[in-house]
Amino acid sequence: MTVPPTPSNVVPPELTTSKRVKTVSGITVRLAGDSGDGMQLLGTQLTNTSALAGNDVATFPDFPAEIRAPRGTRAGVSGFQVQFASEEIFTPGDTLDALVVMNPAAMVTNLADLRKGGILIANVDGFNEKEFKLAKVESDPLEASVIEETYRIFKVSMTKLTRDAVADFGLSPKVADRCKNFFAMGLVYWLFGRSLDTTLRFIEAKFGKKPDVAAANVAALRAGWAYGETTEAFGESFQVEAATLVPGTYRNMMGNQALAWGLITASKLSDKDLFYGTYPITPASDILHELSKYKNFGVRTFQAEDEIAAVCATIGAAFGGTMGVTASSGPGIALKAEGMGLGMILELPMIVINVQRGGPSTGLPTKTEQSDLLQCMFGRNGEAPLPILAPRSPGDCFDIAVEAWRIATECMCPVMILSDGYIANGSEPWKIPDVASMQPITVNHPEGTDVDEPFMPYARDEYLARPWAIPGTPGLMHRVGGLEKQDGTGNVSYDPANHQHMTDTRAAKVDRIAERIPDQDVFGDSTGDVLVVSWGGTYGSCHTAVKQCQQAGHKVSHAHLRYINPMPKNVGELLRAFKTVVVPELNKGQLRMLLRAKYLVDCIGINKVQGKPFSVSELIEAIEEHVAQSIPANVDSRASANGKPTAKSKAS
Amino acid sequence: MLPVLKAADFASDQDVRWCPGCGDYSILAQMKKILPDLGVPREKTVFISGIGCSSRFPYYMNTYGMHSIHGRAPTFATGLKSTRPDLMVWVITGDGDALSIGGNHFIHLLRRNVDLNIVLFNNRIYGLTKGQYSPTSTEGQVTKSTPMGSIDHPLNPLSIALAAEGTFVARSIDAHVKHLGDTLKRAAEHKGTSLVEVYQNCNVFNDGAMAYAQEKKQRADNVVELEHGKPLIFGAKSDKGVRLVGSRLEVVNLADVAVDDLLIHDEKEPNPAIQMMLARMRYPDMPEPIGVLRSVEGVATYNEQINEQVELAKQKNGVGDLQKLFSAGDTWQVA
Repeated sequence: MTVPPTPSNVVPPELTTSKRVKTVSGITVRLAGDSGDGMQLLGTQLTNTSALAGNDVATFPDFPAEIRAPRGTRAGVSGFQVQFASEEIFTPGDTLDALVVMNPAAMVTNLADLRKGGILIANVDGFNEKEFKLAKVESDPLEASVIEETYRIFKVSMTKLTRDAVADFGLSPKVADRCKNFFAMGLVYWLFGRSLDTTLRFIEAKFGKKPDVAAANVAALRAGWAYGETTEAFGESFQVEAATLVPGTYRNMMGNQALAWGLITASKLSDKDLFYGTYPITPASDILHELSKYKNFGVRTFQAEDEIAAVCATIGAAFGGTMGVTASSGPGIALKAEGMGLGMILELPMIVINVQRGGPSTGLPTKTEQSDLLQCMFGRNGEAPLPILAPRSPGDCFDIAVEAWRIATECMCPVMILSDGYIANGSEPWKIPDVASMQPITVNHPEGTDVDEPFMPYARDEYLARPWAIPGTPGLMHRVGGLEKQDGTGNVSYDPANHQHMTDTRAAKVDRIAERIPDQDVFGDSTGDVLVVSWGGTYGSCHTAVKQCQQAGHKVSHAHLRYINPMPKNVGELLRAFKTVVVPELNKGQLRMLLRAKYLVDCIGINKVQGKPFSVSELIEAIEEHVAQSIPANVDSRASANGKPTAKSKAS
Repeated sequence: MLPVLKAADFASDQDVRWCPGCGDYSILAQMKKILPDLGVPREKTVFISGIGCSSRFPYYMNTYGMHSIHGRAPTFATGLKSTRPDLMVWVITGDGDALSIGGNHFIHLLRRNVDLNIVLFNNRIYGLTKGQYSPTSTEGQVTKSTPMGSIDHPLNPLSIALAAEGTFVARSIDAHVKHLGDTLKRAAEHKGTSLVEVYQNCNVFNDGAMAYAQEKKQRADNVVELEHGKPLIFGAKSDKGVRLVGSRLEVVNLADVAVDDLLIHDEKEPNPAIQMMLARMRYPDMPEPIGVLRSVEGVATYNEQINEQVELAKQKNGVGDLQKLFSAGDTWQVA
């Protein structure tokens, strides 16, 4: 259907501003409101619109674990941060250029991140005595004199203006008030010179079946735009030119979506149907939602009765010759541990994804953390090493998923992917690959035989991989199990020398992957004062921080690990080529522990567990401290290496 | 023409390592005996077990097999059957494996009605861990872990299966070999999840616990063999019956009550209420039922439906095209 007509006097159809336009290289904006205010929707729309305008974008949604936390409270504040820029960016931005707040709770919990002189847009209709009480503020925070002095503040009566804009559509007051996020969106679009087209299409698709609601939302959106254009308060708007990215066709991509698409792609590249066994858990569930849409790609999703059933059904599918994948977050991975150990000793290919969140136990379900690294390395009984890969950004999830399946099938073992909530829910422009030019994943199953000679299910090839003989193949009947098995035959064996041999072989199989993965690359010189080593979702902050340190003349380089187990062959050499190795992680120093244990190189941690990503500025501050101190090594850095937070991370 | 297989063709080259005199031997023998009759090739047959004495079963079969982890056999089997509906899948489990650590999966396998067969070896004891009480041990039972007697109320696997809307629920006895073979065969022929509880004697840790049903001399008086459409008659002289009075079952003497007044067994009745009453008949108050309590056809299986949805999606949306997927929706060009 078409978008219903709106009052023609609201806004001219071409939507070009007649006011002054200031061109800037990038904008960081955060939209914050109650969790029922539609801030995530607003943020997603602004992101898509900016991406379509050719900007580089990076996003950071931040929302409470409760579906509807108590209204108006600080705990119920939901935020969405997006940076859009005309240059390549790697993070959603440190400090905000603009902050939109729908109520006092949103204002007091987010204001600290707004830069001095930044734009603060407040829905004044959300600021009243009742709301002050809910937000536990004593008086109207907008009226504090320091606010006027520090920020460029715009008080907008959004609720009332929205009601007026949608008055003609005969909606109930409750439904009418729900349109106010579209009013805010219209105003933000005006302020940053964004086109309404994407959002108009979205409204049409989303509310097409309720024409009155669709028309009201369109009216609210246009009214918001018109408010910016006509109100004297807003003197100028901002323009961010298109970014120069590698030529190609792009789309905006979130991490979990990229994982799902990467898995489907791996399934097609290997000509294997995909079985996805899982149990709902934040922040991994969106992979299930995404995959369940693509049954026409041969995807079978299985929502199991629990995490254990999910991993075990996946192993069952793998035994049958299907591409088996399971995913969860830390608590679920803990439950899957025994199953993963079985998958490991059965030597069947499959993928286990951990989208990490704040821990321990239930922890911080909607917040990001990197504290499951050692769980994934060692969290199984017995000697049970598994290959581990970690995507560095939302788009990288796609490549990591394909690579994980390639390794799993080559080595005949489960492969782990360590993502995190920041990557999972964040988004960035993704260059659409040419599927035809992607390298196929060759999977062989031994053929049947009518010769009655015993089949050797644990014979090995040059990768130490065993044959993937699947049920239905005549003459290859064999039994696998969790008991130690005799080399070659796979029969149960308690022989001491055999157990040593099999344990060594399973470990060597994982270690040998290092022979086939690319060497670790370095951003910057391959020797110098400081090497920053990172992994996972901290890539963007670390890269940006190192880049700025380099621009400041420091001899700082960056190595970001995507292969965690095994690590690339040259990592040890690389660590030894720098005077100081600094390892920023959103945990208490887990990669640092691995690096020190494996390479006997001292490493200094920059560690924080606040449910938030690193800001670039706190990393620069911490890195610069070590540039200054890299000769000679000093007491402070040793203290930090022992797990104490750096001054900055403690303060932030 | 397919080669005609014999029971011996289903034996693997591994030595069977159960204790001499264990009831498991009989179940293994009956399984090997009925498999050739089913006409499914060995390579299309898969046995999946959990952990426990019974769960060593797959190692002794010359088919595909998996000895998995404790309690989880139903989940591996669900994943396998969902992706490989062409295979005949058996789950081999015990009372501890299926009802204690794996109780959750047991229920969910039954309610999903995955087309596979569960054989639950019930010896009312933990054998492999050497003699602790199990979820089917009787109240007051003295075991290694219950020196003062068990205070747990036992579970009844048939009641659980019926409550989970299982479509095929049956019971047999290790020592009653012909009945056991026939019951296993019927389970294999049923489309949907089949549960066969087998009373199995652990002659080391719980010897004679079900002697009232296992020993031939006692069996006739303590067990009623269910047959669809037939009245419930039992006793060494076939002189006793079971009738429904109001909402309960009672044992009657056929000298006093006409056969026409006895309960006629209906395994095909979708409403499991009376089947549940049968499951609840317990020695020594009542004869315990063996045979097929419930066999309801026509309920969709999980494996059929999961694959039907894939085919339906392909018909509706066309076979998935990655390049089309990637390019759908909002995209932009960078020159």
